[in-house]
Amino acid sequence: MLDGRAMVRRRAGWRLWLSAGWLGVLVLAALLAPWIAPKDPLAQDLFLGRLPPFWVAGAEPGYYLGTDSLGRDVLSRILYGARLALIVAVVAGTVTCLLGATLGLMAGFLRGWADVVISRFIDIWMAFPPVLFSILLIAVIGPGLGSIILAIVVIDWTRFARVVRAEAMAQGAMDYVASARVAGRGRIGTMLREILPNVLPTVVVLLTLEMGIAVIVEAILSFVNLSISTDDPTWGGMIAEGRTSIHQAWWVLVFPLITLFLTVLAFSQLGEGLKDRYDPVLR
Amino acid sequence: MSFLQIENLSVRLKDGAPLLRNVSLAVAAGEVRGLVGESGAGKSMIGKAILGILPRAAQVTGGRILLDGTDLQALPPAERRRRIGASCALIPQDPLTALNPSRRVGPQITDRLVDILGWARPRAEARAAELLSEVQIADPGRVLRSYPHELSGGMRQRILIASAFAAEPKLIVADEPTTALDVTVQKQILRLIHDMQARHGTALLFVTHDLGVVSKICQRLSVLYAGMVVEDSPVRDFFAAPGHTYSAALLAATPKYTDPEASLTPVPEAVIAAVQAEVAEADRRAAHG
Repeated sequence: MLDGRAMVRRRAGWRLWLSAGWLGVLVLAALLAPWIAPKDPLAQDLFLGRLPPFWVAGAEPGYYLGTDSLGRDVLSRILYGARLALIVAVVAGTVTCLLGATLGLMAGFLRGWADVVISRFIDIWMAFPPVLFSILLIAVIGPGLGSIILAIVVIDWTRFARVVRAEAMAQGAMDYVASARVAGRGRIGTMLREILPNVLPTVVVLLTLEMGIAVIVEAILSFVNLSISTDDPTWGGMIAEGRTSIHQAWWVLVFPLITLFLTVLAFSQLGEGLKDRYDPVLR
Repeated sequence: MSFLQIENLSVRLKDGAPLLRNVSLAVAAGEVRGLVGESGAGKSMIGKAILGILPRAAQVTGGRILLDGTDLQALPPAERRRRIGASCALIPQDPLTALNPSRRVGPQITDRLVDILGWARPRAEARAAELLSEVQIADPGRVLRSYPHELSGGMRQRILIASAFAAEPKLIVADEPTTALDVTVQKQILRLIHDMQARHGTALLFVTHDLGVVSKICQRLSVLYAGMVVEDSPVRDFFAAPGHTYSAALLAATPKYTDPEASLTPVPEAVIAAVQAEVAEADRRAAHG
């Protein structure tokens, strides 16, 4: 018979391996896109427009998931789209995490004026409507990969800051912090050596969630045509294009949508799985 | 000169509410002093003030804390922290939150030896293992590599005791070290603290609300009410004839294990009114300088 902890662990194992597996496939797809993509993702051929996926009558060999209205191969575009999605997820997620968690940790543990300044800043920041804010930001600084990442960081750091602040405050009230202080550790040392390891599991979960959110934000920005460029394939851009031909060619919308959905799900499950597996308190 | 000398210490909340009122007490080298009083009387606050871990909302507003003749309040913060770290230690109340859950036990004991005393890590590790055997932990090597959640409450309290004695401090503040434990474990832990104290000759400030414990291990005691010391006597004298009506009532309120049928006696209201009047009078005198 399994006890509760073993049950959690076994469930966590499934979650961890499935989500890590899907993300691993995506990373490979992104890295190897030029070699494994069956077609050139940008090549248009109006005679091959709106070809259905391979199992539907009328499919052409080699176009496994069909083509869009301009005759571009859907599968190839999804594979190339993974590149941008993953770069945005990893870079934007990490930078957001570092910025937000650092500020949250300082506010929650150092308290005093640091807390007052950072908390008020968070309150004010969160009063801006995020999507409008990001559209405005990109409209001002111009579209591009850097702009997308900057928009995500600028909008989402508060998510980390708030959660980490609350966690750091709770940890700061524990006796082990008092013991460390008595043993001569300074405030910064206590923050980094005692508090940080205890908020890290939460930060990891938030980080993976944020990577999922970054993928969605990138898709939303592509959808409103504010992503990198209209030529390079992005999942959001494909969904936007697919929407216009949903009645004639559903696959142009559905396949990128499924990929997007699975990716965001995988990121969030990866975080939970890692927490269950590596958090010493749960283990 | 006592190792620890507290003179007219006042601690207030930032909004001005008094937590400690002109507390004076001394602990000689190797002496065990009990600090008793009701919940909220300020027992723990004295320990926290000495160790420099008062909550953010509280601050020292008057008086001096002399550690080996040096006024702690007069030192710059970094120097104060180093000095407290080198000569004092804390045995905290709740062993479940007093060890960092995401670090192994070993480094938590050796931190102080390495950081403050500048020992090499192997020497500190050997010392930690030795200390764990001294607090009767079998297989110290395994325990040092464990995470706190893998150990029982009593085991964790033993580790905290070992850790407190690690750097051979001159003074240990034990803040209700047995309150959070099982009754069966309490007794063992108490004996352990007592033995370790006697063997190392450490001065001990023992915060508790249990007069039975005081009678077993302390030489002197201070009774607190509302942040004011109402009695300061040798333990023997206190149990023979308490010097203050409030402490006499507190002693009378202790349950008698010899007569379990007897109902519990609360501290009479008249006594509480009297001691409250005394506190008010002291405040008035302090206000008029």
